[in-house]
Amino acid sequence: MNLLHIYLSFAKVGLFTFGGGYAMLPLIESDIIQKRGWLTMAEFTDMVAIAEVTPGPIAVNSATFVGYKLAGIIGGIVATLGVITPSIVIVLALAALVRKYERTATLSRIKVGMRPAVAGLIAAAAISVAKVSMAEPRSYAVAAAAAVMVFVGKIDPILVLAVCGILGALIFF
Amino acid sequence: MDSRQVSGMTCCEKETDNGDGGSKSASLWDMFWTFFRIGAFTIGGGYVMVPLIQKDVVDRKGWVTKDEFIDALAIAQTAPGPIAVNTSVYVGYALRGFAGAAASVAGCIIPSIIIILMIASVFDRISSLDVVQAIFSGIRPAVAVLIASAAIKLGKPVIRSAGELAIAAAAAIMVSLLHISPALVVVIAALAGLLTGIGGDSR
Repeated sequence: MNLLHIYLSFAKVGLFTFGGGYAMLPLIESDIIQKRGWLTMAEFTDMVAIAEVTPGPIAVNSATFVGYKLAGIIGGIVATLGVITPSIVIVLALAALVRKYERTATLSRIKVGMRPAVAGLIAAAAISVAKVSMAEPRSYAVAAAAAVMVFVGKIDPILVLAVCGILGALIFF
Repeated sequence: MDSRQVSGMTCCEKETDNGDGGSKSASLWDMFWTFFRIGAFTIGGGYVMVPLIQKDVVDRKGWVTKDEFIDALAIAQTAPGPIAVNTSVYVGYALRGFAGAAASVAGCIIPSIIIILMIASVFDRISSLDVVQAIFSGIRPAVAVLIASAAIKLGKPVIRSAGELAIAAAAAIMVSLLHISPALVVVIAALAGLLTGIGGDSR
């Protein structure tokens, strides 16, 4: 295993992941663990936990962590660059296309269909996070406090997360 | 005739037109720093970063319009790869072409790289601490609320008819109940818009 292999493996994971970081985890599992045997299942579990509890995109965090385990700091950087390369190329191509055809009737019809769907997709993400995170009355209380801060207080989301982290430490510890 | 429009410059110069490209001037450093800050403070992945990116680039800085941000999200979810990275590439490109995309994506991923590399060595000792578990028990419900608020904020301006509401509801159901890939849902919604002309051709 060398750096080029790490780069290409993560580029492949990036290329075939649709729907964000969580969709990437099964790909890493099948490609990096089962096919290549670069990580144990226990290390994979650690990776998911780290990716979830640290800031930043899950996919980037996972790639950095696995790359680091495989080949140190350089490995972490190479794996991260690998995982984002397909994104950058494809998004730039799509962005250029959208901007080129911005004023055509066809594209505006497409957009009118897509925009509500995007709102629906984000709502679905909120539902799936809520399912996992709201398991008991104390978490409902935190959610209610967060809702007041967000919808009534219009408080900065980063501050909301910080306050709820402190709340969590106080009521769950 | 379209060849001139593809250059990186045009994207920043059409704020006068249909209001769909309302990009205000942004320095590369400001773009890098904005995404760096979001990348450094957002726990829970791409969907959590969406409301923060929206707050900064749409509400606070006014770099892109709400409609344009929604286009960015549609593309970010249709293209493979991390949502946050895709969004930063699109917004960066819309503002300042390739250099803008590079500055935004660098800002988005550098905090992750630094933090993960620092944490990887000490993680085993930290994660089992009860207080760390408790903090995350508090953060997770807040994350759900933040994502819901993003869905509401972004949905308001684009859901103006029963047809559009149906598309939004169908998309949410397809993903959360039927477990259909978000990329496929975006493509289906695009086809629905193209074929039915929901909302008319004026927009």
